[in-house]
Amino acid sequence: MITLILRRILIAIPTLFLVSLFVFALQRALPGDPVLVMAGEERDPEVLARLRELYRMNDPLFVQFFAWLGQVVQGDFGRSLRTGEPVLGLILQKLPVTLQLATAAILVAIAIGVPAGILAARRKGTVVDYSTSALALSGLSIPNFWLGIMLILLVSVHLKWLPASGYESIFVHPWAAIERLIMPAFVLGSGLAAFLMRHTRSAMLEVLRSDYVRTARAKGLDEDTVVHRHALRNALVPIITLTTLLFGELLAGAVLTEQVFTIPGFGKLIVDAVFNRDYGVVQGVVLCTAIGFILMNLLADVLYILVNPRLRAA
Amino acid sequence: MTLLRTLATASVLALAALHSFSPAKAQTPSTLRIGLQEDPDMLDPHKARTFVGRIVFMGLCDRLVDITPELKLVPRLATSWAFSADGLTLTMKLRTDAKFHDGERFDAAAAKANIERAKTLPESLRKSELSSVDTVEAPDPATLVMKLKRPDATLLAALTDRAGMMLSPKSFSGDVSAKPICSGPYKFVERVQNDRIVLEKFKEHWEADKYNFDRIIYRAIPDTTVRLANLRSGELDMLERLAPTDVKSAKADSSLKVESIANLGYQGITINTRNGDAAKQPMGQDKRVRQALSLAIDRKVLSQVVFEGLYEPMNQPFNPGNFYLSSDFPVPERDVAKAKALLKAAGHEKVSVELFVTNNPVDNQLGQVLQAMAQEAGIDIQIRSTEFASQLRDQQQGKFQMSRIGWSGRIDPDGNIHPFVTTGGGQNDGKYSNPEVDRLLNQARTVYDPAERKKLYDAAQKILQDELPIVYLYNQTVFFALRKNLDGFVINPDGMIRLAGLKRS
Repeated sequence: MITLILRRILIAIPTLFLVSLFVFALQRALPGDPVLVMAGEERDPEVLARLRELYRMNDPLFVQFFAWLGQVVQGDFGRSLRTGEPVLGLILQKLPVTLQLATAAILVAIAIGVPAGILAARRKGTVVDYSTSALALSGLSIPNFWLGIMLILLVSVHLKWLPASGYESIFVHPWAAIERLIMPAFVLGSGLAAFLMRHTRSAMLEVLRSDYVRTARAKGLDEDTVVHRHALRNALVPIITLTTLLFGELLAGAVLTEQVFTIPGFGKLIVDAVFNRDYGVVQGVVLCTAIGFILMNLLADVLYILVNPRLRAA
Repeated sequence: MTLLRTLATASVLALAALHSFSPAKAQTPSTLRIGLQEDPDMLDPHKARTFVGRIVFMGLCDRLVDITPELKLVPRLATSWAFSADGLTLTMKLRTDAKFHDGERFDAAAAKANIERAKTLPESLRKSELSSVDTVEAPDPATLVMKLKRPDATLLAALTDRAGMMLSPKSFSGDVSAKPICSGPYKFVERVQNDRIVLEKFKEHWEADKYNFDRIIYRAIPDTTVRLANLRSGELDMLERLAPTDVKSAKADSSLKVESIANLGYQGITINTRNGDAAKQPMGQDKRVRQALSLAIDRKVLSQVVFEGLYEPMNQPFNPGNFYLSSDFPVPERDVAKAKALLKAAGHEKVSVELFVTNNPVDNQLGQVLQAMAQEAGIDIQIRSTEFASQLRDQQQGKFQMSRIGWSGRIDPDGNIHPFVTTGGGQNDGKYSNPEVDRLLNQARTVYDPAERKKLYDAAQKILQDELPIVYLYNQTVFFALRKNLDGFVINPDGMIRLAGLKRS
């Protein structure tokens, strides 16, 4: 296992390099001039020229890239062109926000998706199966931003039960944090729940058809024990992997959900940065997201081995 | 299943327990929460560029001069001022009871240091606003003297905004953008980028008794629907730039009130007349084609269709009610027959032209309405919709024929017209050039008497209304929505939120 982890970390280095290069190139290919955006309504050519010089915009692209890379290797991610804040500080400020939202969303997804999947598999071909499938389909099809705005209008504006937006840390103001997490976590989690439900259902169906389940039933065990003790454990293996990968994806930012609920996380940071042509921020965030994604992939592999004794021996 | 049930019960109990000592419920009564359309940029008045940034500065940083809703200059940190007879010296008397947030005294030496910083800092965006200032002197703590290179009628207006904002000189060496130390009624507490900026009342401010809130929280909520939903649910006390489409429903809500005023800027179509090859087509070359376009547009209908009739039709660079608006040029009625005749006189049956619009629903719709109207006069508009940063760059590089763009507006008339139509003007992306317009507008910069100045602007407009390098369309109305219990808001055409006198009833 240690070899696996080490090998993965080694592979990660060229991956991260390529990701950085790719993002750097893509950003430069975008039309629009960061200096013009930065200067806003100030358009004095002298000022623009001085800003270009200050931010090394006149250097050849490869010089800009390696200058950036050189700084990053030393732990300096540069500063935001828009606010002048250090990019690393911004990332450290936003990471917990997105982690909190992603964790809550995953919890919602598991809490809804897994039981619903089990239920659908156990009652295959019945009304229960079809209606959960229909629900799952709608969960996948309803756009996040629409559901979010509808929830805000109903729950916050009309019923006045929950605040409409914002972020609090769960460690600082637990209740305020939960109040502000319920809606976005539900919106984000409902789509994932549908996804998990479909996968749980098919994994369960597969397992329920296997020989050892038939044996368990033949021994005269009651159905609950068969499903929870015998079938579920094995069906969970792919679900765990899937959930870990989903979590990695959530780190890339629940862009729309964060916009609708005004949650200052990664998704919002990166969208705003792209619009403002804030190159350093985009690059820093993408790099961190890539690292997070690689870590989650690694974690998925490790978990897969841990929950599957057959692989552990190998 | 039992495990799940236990977990569920435990979570419910835990939530109930947390609720009992909820800090969020204990919202202090004297916090004012303001919803902004975007997140401000650097909080350094000399480097800042965003409109929302200026709104935050209103609480954070005092200016030398302020303006009333009628655009009259009134004292702020400067109590009085006068120009010398030759117009080359501006002498200001300063307050002696103002302090910076770090406890330092505000005086003429501090003001001198600020103006000099704004003029010399490499990243300063205030240089052109202060370009007429040659040297600054502080003969005594209450007197500031600016020696000018040329008479400058726009200078006082610049000093009502960021160029006239005062930072504590001791803070220059620190990270001003992240932790500004000014002398305004509120001091900086914290900022979470993309989320909020928190200010706290500065008790030693010279006018502290006029400010009733202990804390101000500015929150950036770009989506207009979501911003309004937050106001309705009570998460905000007021918001800026309510969307025209939401005005009706906000007015119908008994817990809210809506305030509005004409914005200082203009909205129009900038036409490429001389910037590169893209100008070499009928719209760029022949003023008759541009006149035909202007006549083909029904500005009233445009406002009705796109803005629910809430925006005022306009054909000049100044806002309705502005002193410099000329009565010689009323908003023209639509006249398709005359437009067709003009096209014909220019030698065209049909003209094809490309129009840049910003890629958002409102601007796209605006483009389509213009397209439909122009079509009837024989002008075939192709819409090119792109995101703002790209539009701006292409426009500056001359890769455009026409661009639908506006201007946020300046207090001084010069800021709305000079940079856009004079030869080499910083904002003159169509590179329009007319020596007589240059002469008139340059001269207008140096005349201190408003009536004399207006004559020069009228004369310049006479040429511009004929040659139409910019076809003005409408004036944006600024809408603010407030909770009904918020009193004392004085709306100002600059779109800023002045915090003095605001209180909750």
